[in-house]
Amino acid sequence: MSSGFSVFRVGISFAIMCIFYMPTIDSLPELSPQKYFSTLQPGKASLAYFCQADSPRTSVFLEELNEAVRPLQDYGISVAKVNCVKEETSRYCGKEKDLMKAYLFKGNILLREFPTDTLFDVNAIVAHVLFALLFNEVKYISNLEDLQNIENALKGKANIVLSYVRAIGIPEHRAVMEAAFVYGTTYQFVLTTEIALLESIGSEDVEYAHLYFFHCKLVLDLTQQCRRTLMEQPLTTLNIHLFIKIMTAPLLNEVAEDPQQVSTVHLQLGLPLVFIVSQEATYEADRRTAEWVAWRLLGKAGVLLLLRDSLEVNIPQRANVVFKRAEKGVPVEFLVLHDADLIIPLVENNMHIEEIQEDEDDDVEGPDIDTQDDEVAETVYRDRKRKLPLELTVELTEETFNATVMASDNIVLFYVDWQAVSMAFLQSYIDVAIKLKGTSTMLLTRINCADWSDVCTKQNVTEFPFVKMYKKGKNPVSYTGMLGTEDLLKFIQLNRISYPVNITSIQEAEEYLSGELYKDLISYSSMSVLGLFSPTMTTAKEDFSEAGNYLKGYVITGIYSEEDVLLLSNKYAATLPALLLARHTEGKIENIPLASTHAQDVVQIITDALLETFPEITVENLPSYFRLQKPLLILFSDGSVNPQYKNAILTLVKQKYLDSFTPCWLNLKNTPVGRGILRAYFDPLPPLPLLVLVNLHSGGQVFAFPSDQAIIEENLVLWLKKLEAGLENPTTILPAQEWKPPLPAYDFLSMMDAATSQHDTEKVPKCMKETDVQENDKEQHEDKLAVRKEPIETLRIKHWNRKIQPHQLPSSLCHETPSECPVYCTESDYCT
Amino acid sequence: MGLSAAAPLWSSPGLLLAIALHPALSVPTHRDYCVLGAGPAGLQMAYFLQRAGRDYAVFERTQRPGSFFTRYPRHRKLISINKRYTGNSNSEFNLRHDWNSLLSHDPRLLFRHYSRAYFPDAQDMVRYLGDFADTLGLRVLYNTTITHVTLDKDQRAWNGHYFILTDQKGQVHQCSVLLVATGLSVPNQVDFPGSEYVEGYESVSMDPEDFVGQNVLILGRGNSAFETADNILGVTNFIHMLSRSRVRLSWATHYVGDLRAINNGLLDTYQLKSLDGLLESDLTDLAILKDSKGKFHVTLKFFLEEAGTNQSTDSITLPQDNNDNFAMRVPYDRVIRCLGWNFDFSIFNKSLRLNSGNAFGKKYPLIRASYESKGSRGLFILGTASHSVDYRKSAGGFIHGFRYTARAVHRLLEHRHHSIAWPATELPITQLTSSIVRRVNEASGLYQMFGVLADVILLKENATAFEYLEEFPLHMLAQLEMLTGRKAQHGLFVINMEYGRNFSGPNKDVFFDNRSVGHTEDAWQSNFLHPVIYYYRHLPTEQEVRFRPAHWRLPRPAAIHHIVEDFLTDWTAPIGHILPLRRFLENCLDTDLRSFYAESCFLFALTRQKLPPFCQQGYLRMQGLVSTESLRQHRVESRLPRNHAATDSHLEDSSQQPGDHEPLDVPMAPGHLAQSLDSNKEEL
Repeated sequence: MSSGFSVFRVGISFAIMCIFYMPTIDSLPELSPQKYFSTLQPGKASLAYFCQADSPRTSVFLEELNEAVRPLQDYGISVAKVNCVKEETSRYCGKEKDLMKAYLFKGNILLREFPTDTLFDVNAIVAHVLFALLFNEVKYISNLEDLQNIENALKGKANIVLSYVRAIGIPEHRAVMEAAFVYGTTYQFVLTTEIALLESIGSEDVEYAHLYFFHCKLVLDLTQQCRRTLMEQPLTTLNIHLFIKIMTAPLLNEVAEDPQQVSTVHLQLGLPLVFIVSQEATYEADRRTAEWVAWRLLGKAGVLLLLRDSLEVNIPQRANVVFKRAEKGVPVEFLVLHDADLIIPLVENNMHIEEIQEDEDDDVEGPDIDTQDDEVAETVYRDRKRKLPLELTVELTEETFNATVMASDNIVLFYVDWQAVSMAFLQSYIDVAIKLKGTSTMLLTRINCADWSDVCTKQNVTEFPFVKMYKKGKNPVSYTGMLGTEDLLKFIQLNRISYPVNITSIQEAEEYLSGELYKDLISYSSMSVLGLFSPTMTTAKEDFSEAGNYLKGYVITGIYSEEDVLLLSNKYAATLPALLLARHTEGKIENIPLASTHAQDVVQIITDALLETFPEITVENLPSYFRLQKPLLILFSDGSVNPQYKNAILTLVKQKYLDSFTPCWLNLKNTPVGRGILRAYFDPLPPLPLLVLVNLHSGGQVFAFPSDQAIIEENLVLWLKKLEAGLENPTTILPAQEWKPPLPAYDFLSMMDAATSQHDTEKVPKCMKETDVQENDKEQHEDKLAVRKEPIETLRIKHWNRKIQPHQLPSSLCHETPSECPVYCTESDYCT
Repeated sequence: MGLSAAAPLWSSPGLLLAIALHPALSVPTHRDYCVLGAGPAGLQMAYFLQRAGRDYAVFERTQRPGSFFTRYPRHRKLISINKRYTGNSNSEFNLRHDWNSLLSHDPRLLFRHYSRAYFPDAQDMVRYLGDFADTLGLRVLYNTTITHVTLDKDQRAWNGHYFILTDQKGQVHQCSVLLVATGLSVPNQVDFPGSEYVEGYESVSMDPEDFVGQNVLILGRGNSAFETADNILGVTNFIHMLSRSRVRLSWATHYVGDLRAINNGLLDTYQLKSLDGLLESDLTDLAILKDSKGKFHVTLKFFLEEAGTNQSTDSITLPQDNNDNFAMRVPYDRVIRCLGWNFDFSIFNKSLRLNSGNAFGKKYPLIRASYESKGSRGLFILGTASHSVDYRKSAGGFIHGFRYTARAVHRLLEHRHHSIAWPATELPITQLTSSIVRRVNEASGLYQMFGVLADVILLKENATAFEYLEEFPLHMLAQLEMLTGRKAQHGLFVINMEYGRNFSGPNKDVFFDNRSVGHTEDAWQSNFLHPVIYYYRHLPTEQEVRFRPAHWRLPRPAAIHHIVEDFLTDWTAPIGHILPLRRFLENCLDTDLRSFYAESCFLFALTRQKLPPFCQQGYLRMQGLVSTESLRQHRVESRLPRNHAATDSHLEDSSQQPGDHEPLDVPMAPGHLAQSLDSNKEEL
């Protein structure tokens, strides 16, 4: 029987092995083709090398193949050498010696044939065989598009292991394939040998093999990218195994036991543990911090949240991070870190940070007064090396200023290059130039008043930065809006025409009101104002024109005072003089009768009309609502406001319940700083949406609408009544502190005093005659000297340390070592 | 002569009589402002009067402006620097290095257009002054020599009296205010026996040929003495230079009136043993004898008096008779006097009480720090003659100094007589730091007239705004309200430029090691000229100014700040210069002067009851500063703004002090990192 024969053969080779080699059962069986094919089992893989019977018994390839027997056997793959004898020819037996090949079968199906030179060593053999077998589990890709397709297909479903190896068949390839053999069904393995692909996902050092873990399973939003973690260890089978094990361990564990006793897979894998100490009050935020740290440290350390409140053992009061090294028997370290960022280098560099002592006194070094604490100055400084496309704006000088300003319509930015606020705004100004590039007739220019001081003074510009618009034949207009790209852009765009626009026909007026007339402008002004006057109302018209001119660049204004004005006023039920307000976003046209036509009043009416009843409050528009001096009723919403809530509030507005408040809502997506506000109001943060009443102008109380109640009219009315009756307790009261100097200044006056009194003491060296000393003592006020002694001493030593100059020994040293005195005193008048 | 006959009449009320006596003179011409002298100071004052539209005239003895410069300096080289290039386009800054130009609005009237020489020729100055007067159309009465000035009391006059000026033709001019800019015109002479043998700088030959092989003695040790010596150094046997006090080098004293390096050739030859030499002795003790061969011998006045009057020259005792190694025992061929000039007091009637001071010799008239004569109200001294105010201290005796003092005087007059307050810019407090930084970096008046003219910042109530006054005479600080018409009720800053106390002095090594400091905390020890800011809660009183501590230019302030000296005199470094200044100002005003982005202001507006000034005056007025994307990122990285005050309490227990709760940037205690999360997450 063929099987019996096979056993016999194995037995023989075993015997030979025992004699010549280390005892092993795994050796390369030599079979005839017929025998070989009879051993193939369905579903089992087998690698066979067909060779001529008369070929040498040993070759480099055979040695390597022999070595591959065992590892392949681990994966259930048998290996054999098939001797092609003359009487049993097989089609796998090549015609010539050199053309012999190895074949991989699964059952009796041929999977792949390998020229022997591709199987150059044991690694190549294992790699190639596994690669062929795991055809479905390991996808080979050659471009980024393939990767993205795979990524997209697997988002929310499975994670990806992407590996790059320089070539197929090298040891790293084998390691990856071996890992794929084990994990191939759990994760999608992707393989590439393309450097370009690796570079396009942002890797450096492309000379080495890379392995990334793509956390795609967590990704629910298909537009989002999968997070990646790069394996930093060399690609070996073991390392890949450990890496994948860590990737699949929970990101963050919560523990409430002695950190010394805690053990996780990380420790077993030789990675340290980082505990973020949390307490109940700050749990939410701590968890977020810990998650953030965990992501940063993924693959480098295990991160755990240590719940201090339910902890049995004592840990130091001030410690907020506990570090546990992987080495056994090393005690845990309790740390006080002022910044979560510091944890990362701590782990990465395995830095030793001074452990805190339980009884340490609280002498945390104060902030340095030489450290910049002005955010504008600091950010501008940090950004100083970035080159701005300044060439998009024209730089003016004393020589060119007048000519340029006369020649065309200009916006001039007056700035000083050493002033941070100027330089911060210059960036926005350049952004405006970028946005207007090639589209505007307005020339954007700038002048550095540090260089051209006189020009700026002549233009009456004394504060910086400052923007003025110069239009031919008109007085220059100062820009008074926000120092930012959007508002300035709006100002420039709206100033393409002059205000108020003179409307000459009913038809034109309708086009104006519908927004048709200035289609391209209404995106900058949500409202168009039309003043309606009968032709005889000359003063009213003048006043309105003045108001329109004043508001130019901020809102579109027009004037209509033709004979047929009554047609228009009747249509909109207005009595002359009147304002028609066209709100383009809502498609509404309102009319406001003008009781007073004073320019100032008109401006006021228009500015008030620009306010909405339930606005989304933003950084840009808060000041307009803030100046109403009413408590703000803010609905904090993570995204768009729920229409139900909006309706509830609008109903209350209509019912006049909210007259004494400014109702508004805040979209945390548009205004992320809103989170900072919520953190100031709440600890911990209740779920969103959240309705809050902030009494900014009197008392600073913050009241929260109970989050367990639905935001519906009845509940709101009830809540407001309770508030009015003083039955609600504020969640918090905003601090009423004045803004004091953030840090002290150098006290030069006392340093100078100290120096003066030091000067006095210098005049009393030991070398003086006794009598002189006595006389001098009488003059000196001992007590004063004693009081001043301390600061002088420190001052002097500090100074001395910095400039080490032995010949400038302070006199105090002189007192103690009289031998040095003569040197010091030779120049003194008091020396004898 | 008619004039002398008429003179006594002025003092009597008989003005009409005088007119009757001199029908040609008719009515005296009245002018609000009379300026004596069309030199640089007179023209400078005329310019300001003209610009203000005032009724004025300048009286000039000669036919063109700047007659002094037509003769002096004799060797024609001005030692005032004509620095044409600074690498800076700021014209105000450039005036810091332009020692010759007068102030005007016309950029053509800058001296650099008149000479290419670093040390220009005096003739160019004459030409320049002529152009200045002509181009600006200044009202100068040339060929008008004022021979007499007296007072005429009159209740209606601005100052209770008129100044009556009489010219060489007998024409009478009545002036409400008299501005004397006649300079120092009388050569200083020292009277001693034999002084008649001495030739003066003003007339000595300039031809070196006249000095060949001669022994020369020069009296004096100023720039004119050295200039004279330089001219003949190569042909004389030797030059001895005699003066009362030792030579002072301007680079050591930083006083431009001391010996300038450009003139110090003789110091070189003296110290390099080439027979020339410097000697110190009081000239008033000396006597000069002329021997039979016409040579001059130096002896002491004492010997001369001892010998009596009828002794022959040769028999008088010489110092070397007792002391045979007496330094000046050689006979001299020439003795030249180079002792400078004095103010010409001769034309001023006693009633003006224009006296010479005694503190600095008799060369200058006595005036106040406001440049007004101590003797008569309405009489101001301008220009070189006003140098008593800052003699040997600052630049008030030179064009590059007195052009600013003339402006200060004009501003005082505008307020006194025309109710125009001292010009001031009112700005919000957020501009305070920038205003100071701007001025200390460009202002030329502060730089040239350091220690004399200073900028003053007057705070408004609650320190929300301030008024900025430029170049006010420092020592008149106590009278500021009266002199300027501005109110200083809520505290003030004074910005002055100062050298360190150790910087200079004739005996000092000015190049000592570590002569400059670089650390901001050592700024008070700065040696080179640097800005110093004084803070007062109240305007100092006159007493306080007068009895200020020794070595202090101003009374002791509530706080003082030194901006550390800078090698480039560029005080715009964000950390080294601006930050410490802001901290100083903040601590004086007890507020927070940081700037904030709109986003921060938004947060503050909704989480605090009070806002910092920058947010109040900017953001809340819809003028907030919006950050760009790039700056926003830096902002997140820098984790600013930070509140230092809250640092400590939060570590212990964040709930301990609810009032102190600072949401934005508590240090990292557990749970306070969340704010950075949103931004950092995306990087992962």
